[in-house]
Amino acid sequence: MNIINEIEKEQMRDDIPVFAPGDTLRLMVKVVEGGKERLQNYTGVVVKRNGGGLNETFTVRKISKGIGVERTFPLHSNKLAKIEVVSRGDVRRSRLYYLRSRRGKASRIKEKRD
Amino acid sequence: MAKTIIAKKLGMTQYFKDNGEVVPVTVVEAGPCVVTQVKTTEKDGYNAVQLGFGEVKTQRLNKPIKGQFESRDIEAKRHLREFKNNDMDVSEGSEITVDIFEAGELVNVTGISKGKGFAGNIKRWNHNTGPKSHGSHFHRAPGSIGAVDARRVFKGFKLPGRMGSNKVTEKNLEIVKVDTERNVLLIKGPVPGPKKGILEIQTVEN
Repeated sequence: MNIINEIEKEQMRDDIPVFAPGDTLRLMVKVVEGGKERLQNYTGVVVKRNGGGLNETFTVRKISKGIGVERTFPLHSNKLAKIEVVSRGDVRRSRLYYLRSRRGKASRIKEKRD
Repeated sequence: MAKTIIAKKLGMTQYFKDNGEVVPVTVVEAGPCVVTQVKTTEKDGYNAVQLGFGEVKTQRLNKPIKGQFESRDIEAKRHLREFKNNDMDVSEGSEITVDIFEAGELVNVTGISKGKGFAGNIKRWNHNTGPKSHGSHFHRAPGSIGAVDARRVFKGFKLPGRMGSNKVTEKNLEIVKVDTERNVLLIKGPVPGPKKGILEIQTVEN
């Protein structure tokens, strides 16, 4: 078990900000197009965080051209150049699946007041 | 030319490749092994290399095995495995470590699968189950095992019994990473057997 923990620790990133479901994130995703690598912006609301340790993933939902898009990323993926928290949301559950049945004004999330 | 080593399964995790791909990997502690015997066609009738792996106290060994080590002046090893058709150019007493492998190579991994005990037809032979409800009295039973006319059950008929603890070879697995510092191999996908199980790893010959 010890060696596996070491191997997992080596791969873990240490530049991940604290974020939770309901927060709005701005991600810079590395995209390879025609042999060239560029950064793609992906901004949306965190719907869930799943798993733990090296295996942890998180899902970000955004509305793209009127269509809801959810992308799941491994938290420690080296394809994420940058993870930035835009705003913190005040939500009462850990899985925000109810956002899927809402659109427009109803899908707003209250901002957390410190 | 097949390259071989004895390894111990440590468990599974995942590995991020440089291109961002996530690969499920089995972590195995491979070697360092010692060549305990080289068998030749002239002397033994066939070609093989015997490897030893793992520490053992000499007082735990019986005399015949202890004698094998003592006559060759080799430190006693716990696990011995013989690899046939092995043309590795080695001499008795030499050491084999993970650095003979490279990332990207394909290997066959042999181990003893996990024992499942006395298992029924559903688990052992992947038969379908009967309906669980609506008054069905047929759930996980094997069903009919033959006709009246035959007056016997045919040999090899699939019935409940001991499952697992078999020698299983998983073929063409990719080596994702070689860690020479820790004597560890990362092999893509699952391999047979429980954690701490002993595995034989052999490169695939084209």
